Amino acid sequence: MSTPTKTVKTSGRPARALALLAVILLGLVGTALIQGASSVKLGLDLRGGTSVTLQPRASNDSNKITSAAIDQAVTIIRQRVNSLGVAESEVTAQGSGTNRQIVISVPGDSGRRVVDLVGQTAELRFRQVLAESSGLAGSGLDTATPTVGVTPVLNARFAALDCSQLANQQGTGADSPSETIVACSRTGSSKYILAPAEVLGQQVSKASAGIDQQGSAGWFVSLSFNGEGTSAFGALTGRVTSLASPLNQVAIVLDGLVVSAPSINEAIPSGNAQITGSFTQTEAEDLANVLKYGALPLAFDRGEVQQVSPTLGSDQLDAGLLAGALGLILVVIFSVLYYRALGLVTVGSLAVASALVYLLFLVLGEAIGFTLTLAGIAGAIVAIGITADSFIVFFERVRDEAREGRSLRSAVENGWLRARHTIIVADMVSILAAVLLYFFAVGGVRGFAFTLGLTTLVDLIVVFIFTKPLVTLIARINFFASGHPLSGFSPKSVGLKGARANTSTTTVEA
Amino acid sequence: MAKISGLGGRLYSGETSFNIVENRKRWYSISALFLLASIAALTIQGLHLGLEFKGGASYTVTKPGLTLEQGREAASNFDIPGEAIVQKIGDDKIRIQTGALTPAQATAAENVLTSTFDVPAESIDTQIVGPSWGKEITKKAIYGLIAFLLAVMLFLAMAFEPKMALAAIVAVVHDVLITVGIYAVVGFDVTPATVIGFLTILGYSLYDTVVVFDKVRENTKSVTANSKQTYSQAANLAVNQTLVRSANTSIIALLPVGSILFVGAGLLGAGTLKDLSLALFIGLAVGTYSSVFIAPPFLASLREKEPAMQALAKRVAARGGAVAITEDKAPQTSVTRGPRNQPKRKGRK
Repeated sequence: MSTPTKTVKTSGRPARALALLAVILLGLVGTALIQGASSVKLGLDLRGGTSVTLQPRASNDSNKITSAAIDQAVTIIRQRVNSLGVAESEVTAQGSGTNRQIVISVPGDSGRRVVDLVGQTAELRFRQVLAESSGLAGSGLDTATPTVGVTPVLNARFAALDCSQLANQQGTGADSPSETIVACSRTGSSKYILAPAEVLGQQVSKASAGIDQQGSAGWFVSLSFNGEGTSAFGALTGRVTSLASPLNQVAIVLDGLVVSAPSINEAIPSGNAQITGSFTQTEAEDLANVLKYGALPLAFDRGEVQQVSPTLGSDQLDAGLLAGALGLILVVIFSVLYYRALGLVTVGSLAVASALVYLLFLVLGEAIGFTLTLAGIAGAIVAIGITADSFIVFFERVRDEAREGRSLRSAVENGWLRARHTIIVADMVSILAAVLLYFFAVGGVRGFAFTLGLTTLVDLIVVFIFTKPLVTLIARINFFASGHPLSGFSPKSVGLKGARANTSTTTVEA
Repeated sequence: MAKISGLGGRLYSGETSFNIVENRKRWYSISALFLLASIAALTIQGLHLGLEFKGGASYTVTKPGLTLEQGREAASNFDIPGEAIVQKIGDDKIRIQTGALTPAQATAAENVLTSTFDVPAESIDTQIVGPSWGKEITKKAIYGLIAFLLAVMLFLAMAFEPKMALAAIVAVVHDVLITVGIYAVVGFDVTPATVIGFLTILGYSLYDTVVVFDKVRENTKSVTANSKQTYSQAANLAVNQTLVRSANTSIIALLPVGSILFVGAGLLGAGTLKDLSLALFIGLAVGTYSSVFIAPPFLASLREKEPAMQALAKRVAARGGAVAITEDKAPQTSVTRGPRNQPKRKGRK
């Protein structure tokens, strides 16, 4: 706690503090110029784009959610998103430890494709087909002659499976490679009983999209296996080729859905394979990319998908800026009405704070990729109140001191010493709130917390090196020191009715 | 304005004084009533959770000349369980909200919209939320809340004193409960933006309380030494002395929040800005009330239980003087300009 004895020490050098402020402002402007930052980076909700939040889920017992697995998933998803070639795409993990979400933001209009691309686990498996029938429930009851490894339970599940339901056409990635499974085809037209996997996605070394110029296969994906994969695939194809249909088919299963299940006419020892399945060019290219960068070590649920059109984005930006401007104007009007000339100090301080915040947005946009979102704008507007409050605490303290009968100059110094403690403690609470919000929250809340914390820090800086020095300076001016009715320090508005009040003003009323 | 300014001076000297701390039973009962109502509303009615918490999808199609009927018709073609809610927003927007969808259903629904209204998929504002997502963000918000309360309590206990920390936290919990209760009663939608608002109220309400407590601490520092006032009286003076500041702060905080609310609700209809500012607006009002009427009286209740403070109260009662300060000085003092009861002020000048 500060004691009034320090008065003399703090009253000095207001000019030096103001010079420091000027240096900081110029420094920020310089940094922004060097970085070439000309405008604040806007978030997707202000300029249009798609953001997807993925929630990790352990797909089976073997893959637990670990921090390393999430990091690996982020890397793979980033490669997939980058393969789209959209500038300024972003993939980040938010949260801490294993309790993290992956947030993917892609500006512009490639939203749908991103959503499809990133959500896929892309767990690729090659399995021998044990039984096949049309996708409807009830079908396959009598055709499925019990084969080796097909239990009656599985057979009943196969019979009950209705692939025409959309829920069953959704890739889950939950198929265990060591088990016999039932699965639908991607289109839902067929269903299968499949043997345990013999070749896995991680045994793929290369993948690329191609088109069959002559034949009717259209777009396909070619795969090359590594050494292990080549021998496993050779063995699988060699074994099934002589069997009767459907046992001579090998199903290519992606995330638990059968992409295609071609009959194998001859053993394939070369280590190359093609996946066909009436792909469009985009689908084939995306699938090749997905396979090339490998499967995700975890399965993900889509927590939230948000697509904002550029029109809505600019509407929201306008609304945010309008609200900010309106809020500022109202605060300025109130300050000037209540604090008169002293209110102008508030106006000046808010202007300095706004300039600092704007420059910081610019610089941080380049330095750490800060983007301004709608929630961020709201945080900054809310902070106008917090910033202005520091001035009120200060001014009211100065008035308190003046009520004790001090001269304005000594009231400013004593009031400052006391207000300083209050302002620091109060701002610390605010910053604490912002920091905790930032670490515990996801998405928009983080943007809000970041700007709130940043603007509170700026508030501290402005109060210390602008508002206080400025008030010290104006306390030396006669207009304020003599308590002019418009100065905000008139004995009447302070509520002082002592001798000084009688000599300096003629209005006598309460 | 001048009158209000003058009031600040009178409040400061104790010439005009509101017996806020003394009448604490009254504020306690008012708050208890509100708290009970809030808890009742929360248990009986519950909160009206937004899409983000329940899971679901929302599509907004913008096209001049769209009608509600067209929207309903398109929605009826969705291959989804349950009913879709169709709203018209502004002149040219239709919003269709559904329950939780699988990715395949969501894609299908989007296809229906693009083909029915002949608009590109990119121009549809979409929000799809998985069914378990709400639990996840709720969990995070609760963790954040607990961490915040603990951290703030520690910080305030260090910066001030433990009983102030406790009183401040009681006030904050009071604010959030009542704000959430108002949401339950009125049935406003609770979205993540609302939750941001609730969490921010914590910070704001504490900020307000901190400013009042700083003055309380200053006034009560040597309260036992000079035996002029009881702890409650000294605390009451502090509340009165910071009353003008509390009022000004609240006005200045409400102005920008009000303008977000006005712009958000008026121009954008619904969304982040409206949800956030509405929660803030209500919370700020409750927070201001608690920082004046709940936190300092509660602190006084806690401190008055201490033997030292009870002894002080007895000494002050024996003197019989100080209590009169707050009551005898009627407004006419401004005319008579009687001697103020703090003579040492002259010396300091």
